[in-house]
Amino acid sequence: MESLTLTDIEQKYYSDLFVYCDTDNTKKVASNGRVLDLFRAAQLPSEVVLQITELCGATRLGHFGRSQFYIALKLIAIAQSGLPLRVESLNSVKDLPLPRFVVGKNEAEARHAALYQDTDSQGLYPASATAVIPRPPGRGLQNKKGPPSSTPEPTSPVVSPHQSPPTSPHSWRKHKRQHSGGNADRQPVVAATGAVWTQFREPQAGPVPGEGMWPSHSPPPPGQESWVSFTADTPPSSALPAMHPSSVQESTTIRTVASAATTNEIQRQSSGYDDPWKITDEQRQYYINQFKTIQPDLTGFIPGSAAKEFFTKSKLPILELSHIWELSDFDKDGALTLDEFCAAFHLVVARKNGYDLPEKLPESLMPKLIDLDDSAEVSESTADVGYSGSPVEVTPNKSPSMPSLNQAWPEMNQSNEQWETFSERSSSSQTLTQFDSNIAPADPDTAIVHPVPIRMTPSKIHMQEMELKRTGSGETTSAFPLSQSGTSPEALKVVAPPPPPPRPHPSHSRSSSLDMNRTFAATSAPGQPQPSTIAFPPAVPPRPLPTQAEVAPGGGAVLTTTSPQQIPQQPNFADFSQFQAFAASEQPSSLPEAEKSSEGAGPLRTVKSDGQADERSSATVNSAKGSSGPLAPPPKPVRRRLKSEDELRPEDEQHGPQKSNVIAAVLATQPSIPRSVGKDKKAIQASIRRNKETNTVLARLNSELQQQLKDLLEERISLEVQLEQLRPFSHL
Amino acid sequence: MAVCIAVIAKENYPLYIRSVPTQNELKFHYTVHTSLDVVEEKISAVGKSLGDQRELYLGLLYPTEDYKMFRKLHNSFTDVMCNPFHNPGDPIQSKAFDGIVSGMMVQTG
Repeated sequence: MESLTLTDIEQKYYSDLFVYCDTDNTKKVASNGRVLDLFRAAQLPSEVVLQITELCGATRLGHFGRSQFYIALKLIAIAQSGLPLRVESLNSVKDLPLPRFVVGKNEAEARHAALYQDTDSQGLYPASATAVIPRPPGRGLQNKKGPPSSTPEPTSPVVSPHQSPPTSPHSWRKHKRQHSGGNADRQPVVAATGAVWTQFREPQAGPVPGEGMWPSHSPPPPGQESWVSFTADTPPSSALPAMHPSSVQESTTIRTVASAATTNEIQRQSSGYDDPWKITDEQRQYYINQFKTIQPDLTGFIPGSAAKEFFTKSKLPILELSHIWELSDFDKDGALTLDEFCAAFHLVVARKNGYDLPEKLPESLMPKLIDLDDSAEVSESTADVGYSGSPVEVTPNKSPSMPSLNQAWPEMNQSNEQWETFSERSSSSQTLTQFDSNIAPADPDTAIVHPVPIRMTPSKIHMQEMELKRTGSGETTSAFPLSQSGTSPEALKVVAPPPPPPRPHPSHSRSSSLDMNRTFAATSAPGQPQPSTIAFPPAVPPRPLPTQAEVAPGGGAVLTTTSPQQIPQQPNFADFSQFQAFAASEQPSSLPEAEKSSEGAGPLRTVKSDGQADERSSATVNSAKGSSGPLAPPPKPVRRRLKSEDELRPEDEQHGPQKSNVIAAVLATQPSIPRSVGKDKKAIQASIRRNKETNTVLARLNSELQQQLKDLLEERISLEVQLEQLRPFSHL
Repeated sequence: MAVCIAVIAKENYPLYIRSVPTQNELKFHYTVHTSLDVVEEKISAVGKSLGDQRELYLGLLYPTEDYKMFRKLHNSFTDVMCNPFHNPGDPIQSKAFDGIVSGMMVQTG
């Protein structure tokens, strides 16, 4: 074995390789397995490898000592540069390039790991890119860029392994030159190269031909391990100088993020390398140019027919083209945007090179979801889509094809509805929901539509109510039967929205309008004898004095006494007086009632549900009031709309709100009252019950109608959608 | 639960038919064809009145429980149609469509 003189670079390189192969950590012998792997990775024919091993003396020794290893490496370099393998040439050949190795991912990772441990302080590490070069199955990708590829380089690009001393820029640049030519073609390689440059010191930031990224990288904070930045930046920058600022930005973001995420980076790199679907810049550029030939506006669409012609030229079977279309037409609009077109083209190319079409669109091919206003932005960020785990980029994961990518990237749930960004939607319910919200507000009329009350009961109830009612709500009720007639199972032909069903019983409203109605109505009859009392909004009945309530035994009498007085005063109270009597009959409970009434006196609002308790209490109040003497303000007419108005109204009209006068008269009428009270009470109770039922039925009806309305709206929207889609095909 | 899904072309031949294989498929096919008669009936009944296109949608011939299903199916069908490589009249050979149909058939309702 002759002595071997190695340059510094070579020395370092070889020693690194040796370390790499030195799995047993003997520092003397490189493990055969690793060595052989390495030699295989050198991509030399096997007989050459055999020759090399022989020459270096390993076969003699049976193992690779350090010197054998070095010799072997040198021989590999010689062989790779095409020189005949001769021992003499070991030392004679000057300026031998470093041997090149193409290795698989795992090794790369291992190497990186090793790298970190050993070589932190080292200078530039031009290339564990070796390790990282992804192996697309069948290496179809390497060849696939038939048309666009200018120099399809069959071998993967040179990447010197691990480290290189700071003087390496030469070799490094050489490498770069070597693969920059075929750079665009070998997308994985490019990515690899980018990813691998681990640390990048300023000296190396110098001009690198054809690699615009390096300048952009130039001021990386020293000592920071951020391959990630390179990975991300390489593709965008190399092709589109305009993107430098953004890529710089990106790199800075990434750098700040990634300092501790070693494994993450490795993962990303490796996963990036695994991704055979990434589009290199040159590819993308080519696609863009092709796009331009069909559609000069880069933000516009290529219609389906044009795309069909174009892709048919590729001579792929129609079925596959159809499948490709399905994959790439992301928003299912029958036209291709730039992104979609690039994805489609990429898939076509892949298919032509022997790749199988994926079931789902790969991550890196998914169209950018943000506004496609800026074509540069588009291409850049789409490229980023492929590479970036950058937190800046957010894409929905349509296909979980890259699990490692998924981990690294912020995932956007498909459920995230990004209407404006065409996030993946199953063009069905989600879309329609969108339509829903868009359409409904735009057409307020529809919101009011009560198209099809199918059941008849509502009307019946309404009829009943209408009978009960005698006020002028007739106009509204008449409308309702109309809506009924509009019923048809196919309410698709949207009938002119019938006016909303009549408000049931203005009398039932809570507002005081009812009472006002009545009071005003009553007013008109007696003229204006006491306008003061009428105009007066129903005042809150004065709280019953506790003393009053305590008068239990006398309470009954008092109650009874006052009740008649109430009747003429307030038609409402007339009814309550019956409850009064009712209450009176329950003497023992009068006390609690009185108390209750004191509480309830103030907010004497009629809540239907309170029903009789309230009435009782209010009645009690009234009575108490009555007993307290002449009531100053007319007792609040309790908003008891439960009363059938017809019952009340006659009383109203009869008695009129002549409150003060009435008080005197009440006592006189006392004896006659109890009898009528009983009858009235029952009637009132019955009517209350009826009204309550009506109410619940109406409420139910309302909710059902609402539901129907919603359904119909949905139907309508779906129909409209179908219409849209059917229209061009109407000739079919 | 849909046991059979079929897409029939205008010329009354099926563009796509799939059924849960456990049953006698032939029976399903017959049913499908008889349902075509219903469709035809409706078409003839509608006449020429209003705009054609609106009439083409005959509504759900069946209670609305399957409403969602039909909509989904229709959406996937339109997606297939949108594909410029798909010639109308060809049997439908779309994986996505298949996927959706299988999904519909398997799931309950």
